[in-house]
Amino acid sequence: MKRLFADIGLITGKDLKIELRSRVLINQVAPFALMILVLFGIALDADQQSLRNFASGLFWISVLLCALMAISRSMTIERDDEALVGLNLSGVDPIAIFLGKTCAIAIQLLVLEIFLGVGIILLYRSEVEDLWLLVSTGLFACIAISALGTIFGFLASGLGVRETLLPILLLPLLLPVLIGATRAFDDALGVAAINGWNWFAFVAGLTVILTAVGAGANHLMAEN
Amino acid sequence: MTSSITTASKGSKILGMTSIVGFAVLVLLAFFVTDPDIRFHPETGEEFGQFDAVRLLYLHVPLIIVTYLAFVICAIASAGYLVKLTFWWDSMAHAAGEVGTLTCALVLITGSIWGRPVWNTWWEWGDVRVMSTLILFLLFLGYLALRGAFVNPQRAARPAAIVALIAVLDIPLINRSVEWWENRTLHQKSTLSELKIEDLTLFTLMLGILVSLLVMSWLILHRFRVAWLEHVEFEQGIKTAIEERRQMDNED
Repeated sequence: MKRLFADIGLITGKDLKIELRSRVLINQVAPFALMILVLFGIALDADQQSLRNFASGLFWISVLLCALMAISRSMTIERDDEALVGLNLSGVDPIAIFLGKTCAIAIQLLVLEIFLGVGIILLYRSEVEDLWLLVSTGLFACIAISALGTIFGFLASGLGVRETLLPILLLPLLLPVLIGATRAFDDALGVAAINGWNWFAFVAGLTVILTAVGAGANHLMAEN
Repeated sequence: MTSSITTASKGSKILGMTSIVGFAVLVLLAFFVTDPDIRFHPETGEEFGQFDAVRLLYLHVPLIIVTYLAFVICAIASAGYLVKLTFWWDSMAHAAGEVGTLTCALVLITGSIWGRPVWNTWWEWGDVRVMSTLILFLLFLGYLALRGAFVNPQRAARPAAIVALIAVLDIPLINRSVEWWENRTLHQKSTLSELKIEDLTLFTLMLGILVSLLVMSWLILHRFRVAWLEHVEFEQGIKTAIEERRQMDNED
């Protein structure tokens, strides 16, 4: 068990170190996220009330689009020079590879969520009414997105069309996460009179299921 | 020269003919023999009901059943492939997945056509069953896209099997959605119990289900055989390429 956690830390650290050195998140994904927020604002004709009402949905769509970039980037690292083959042959437990990469993507997404959160507060003038609900949902949803993204990232890696295939495979399965997280955020931002904690529980349940499915499929993915 | 290779057999021809005859009888019963859904308000005497739109019941409900069944066959065959690693299971999963995607599209189309006169809308975003069926359709579109992305179809088998096993988890969600989110759907709980179906209507519905099952079986059978022939051709292509390479080496 201790070895497993050490391997997870190793893989996570490796991916984050590559990310820090290449600065793709800061130089490309973050500006892309900001661009999405601005484009939504322009598309909705800068109507502040509409932007405030739809802030949750716009936030999560932005996160999903940025997640696609982060997942694609994470898998590109492994594809170049057949690094994934080396990783599988290195003796590291495939579960550790899966969880390590999931953690690395989740940490990157969390940074992006904070960035986008500040963006919707400043640009859309959203007001936070329940910070704990916001933080808890953000944390679990980004783990769910990362776990599923890692599974499908592995499945599509090595294919010439993975950039177009990944959204087709990933987005339909992430729709329940999108719905749950958006509804929880609606409550946390005070735009809907619903019990956001019920939706948080839904997202948390999905996160556990998706992470378990991903970890269970590790053997099959390693063979692939 | 005409090729003698065909996906038809005596059994599949009988199955096809039975499907055509069954479909003809179904059309006759659905459009000409069964009554429209017309009811009268007990106090005002005013007519209400689904009228002729109810005839879509004989197509829409059977299509849902065969869609579920095709995707379940796809998932079972995918699991079979992961255990046995043989081409037979993979071809069966591919065939069932493709037919299921086709019938799922028809479910969404017929549902939309039925929704217009009954719910006064072509599409209801808030309906949890409509949305979960759409998600299922999109998931299997992704499944087929993944299969098509590999140059060597044999390499697609394992990732496609994993995707199918994950995607099929949506089916219990769709089926139970009207019970779990009662106030988030326009669908009735159970077609058979809620509509208080009469004998002839029930018979026509059952015939619709039977005919749909026959058509699904016929389609899967032919698609499976096409996949098998593609596999044989692919293997033959590799053998031919190896032979040609050997001949070139010998000539050198």
